Amino acid sequence: MKSLSLGDKIFTVFNYTLMAAITLCILYPLYFIVVASFSDPNIVNRGGILFLPERLYTEGYAKIFDYKPLWTGYLNSIIYTLCGTLVNLVFTLTGAYALSRKDLVGRKPIMLLFIFTMFFSGGLIPSYLLINKLGIMDTMWALILPAAASVWNIIITRTFFQSTIPDELLEAAVMDGCSDFKFFLSIVLPLSKVIVAVMALFYGIGHWNSFFEPLIYITSDDKFPLQVILRNLLITNEVGNEMLSDAMSMAERQRIAEQLKYGVIVASCLPLLTVYPFLQKYFTQGVMIGSIKG
Amino acid sequence: MHSNGMLANMRRRWQLYVLLLPSVLYILLFHYVPMYGIIIAFKDFKSSMGIIGSPWVGMKHFEAFFDSFVFEQIVTNTVKLSAFSLLIGFPIPILFALLLNQIRNRLAQRFVQTVTYAPYFISTVVLVSMLNVFLAPSTGIINNFITLFGGEAVNFMAREEWFRTVYISSGIWQTMGFSAIIYLAALSGVNPELHEAATVDGAMKLRRIWNVDLPSILPTITILFILGIGSIMSVGWEKAFLMQQGMNLPVSEIISTYVYKVGLLNAQYSFATAIGLFNSVINFTLLIFTNYASRKMSGNSLW
Repeated sequence: MKSLSLGDKIFTVFNYTLMAAITLCILYPLYFIVVASFSDPNIVNRGGILFLPERLYTEGYAKIFDYKPLWTGYLNSIIYTLCGTLVNLVFTLTGAYALSRKDLVGRKPIMLLFIFTMFFSGGLIPSYLLINKLGIMDTMWALILPAAASVWNIIITRTFFQSTIPDELLEAAVMDGCSDFKFFLSIVLPLSKVIVAVMALFYGIGHWNSFFEPLIYITSDDKFPLQVILRNLLITNEVGNEMLSDAMSMAERQRIAEQLKYGVIVASCLPLLTVYPFLQKYFTQGVMIGSIKG
Repeated sequence: MHSNGMLANMRRRWQLYVLLLPSVLYILLFHYVPMYGIIIAFKDFKSSMGIIGSPWVGMKHFEAFFDSFVFEQIVTNTVKLSAFSLLIGFPIPILFALLLNQIRNRLAQRFVQTVTYAPYFISTVVLVSMLNVFLAPSTGIINNFITLFGGEAVNFMAREEWFRTVYISSGIWQTMGFSAIIYLAALSGVNPELHEAATVDGAMKLRRIWNVDLPSILPTITILFILGIGSIMSVGWEKAFLMQQGMNLPVSEIISTYVYKVGLLNAQYSFATAIGLFNSVINFTLLIFTNYASRKMSGNSLW
């Protein structure tokens, strides 16, 4: 390799420094939350930089574990995410496969019908009235059915099928008298594990993080998913009132309430944080597949 | 194709149509039925009378909206919030991708990438809570720095003039890495020979980024820019809503949060639908216009 010119050397040094700074800016806030959740509230509220938990404090977590609504929300979110993702996969994979077949009569107009919805929608109120009319208000179906598939994901999946399932495979299977159902289930799906994983992740995260839909469609407290509970705890500040005993002074309560937030954030992100390092390569693949057709 | 042959083909391929059925039904029921519901924007909708039975009122609700004192405010807020988000938030992932692509150490590159797109998966509720915690006036880390250096603590989350800055910069923090993936993918397809040729010609790195890398991802940039313009009036509902506080409402009230409040909280269904339709039509027009302009100027377009 040729030795670098002075300009290139300066650029390289600058570039590495910049990337390190960016990484730090993103990593540190996340790291801080974790450290703060284990530290003494007095130290955290002083607002200095923390590198390691100071005066290890676990009472916050003890209070969080005792707080029932959070765990009801957790359980609800798990149920909604699992059921919702399953429905998403069925709708997306079947639709995308049919649309990937060149011999599907009417493929073009059906695609148009789908794509148009990406750019124009009925809006909030008509959708709300529809859910009301269908009688699924305040049930998990109000969260799952209106989001049963995303056109964008159907297109990505279709592109994947088109580029990975060779036409010859279908021709050979048809020769052997294989039906379309059988071909889809026993040949296409096993060859498409990557896209199934990518879609499950994208949809799953979407369900886990969704806040707006449960806010408008779910009305019973015991059916709230985690994000709605979190919003009540973290943003509208119900922590101080519900989680802490009356014996404490106002100032004391406020001090601990601030600190409890860190623990609640960590607890809510835990499932994601634990799987993220293992699954992140699939996310990249998902975006890459999407970018082929862009 | 001959129509007889078409029918025969459809009969032979009936199983494909069965596979297609769920998603088509879904699209019709949850996307096209609400589009039909838009007609209540031109009616005085009463739930007892239904969509069909409610009386027509023409453009009444649109006129009421255009005449109302909130019209100018929420349209301006929406346009400013998303225009600034696009203007500042759009180029940054491109720059980031171009620079990250220059990191030749594979391990370092992967690490930076993994870290920078992690925030994308944090929910909006948690993101806004993090902002509340970090920017809190007396206990937050940012304000403690400010007071440490002799400044005065600022209540960032409540102050009107800070709303957009906080909204946009936290948006960049959250999505920069994820948005960069698509550009990095495009950059990995750049022919290395182009770089070698440029190096032989004595071109420095910055020159090569400008002359080789940037042009090769230009089609991707154009497409994403068109999509960005097309959604300029549909800024993320959740984040603005969650960041709203009494004091910052003059800048944080946007069309979508307003539709939610008048439509669902005050049950003014027809009025809110009219505002929503106004919003969708502008979006759609912007998209078509940008797409047309881009096709004329650069040859890149969505359709």
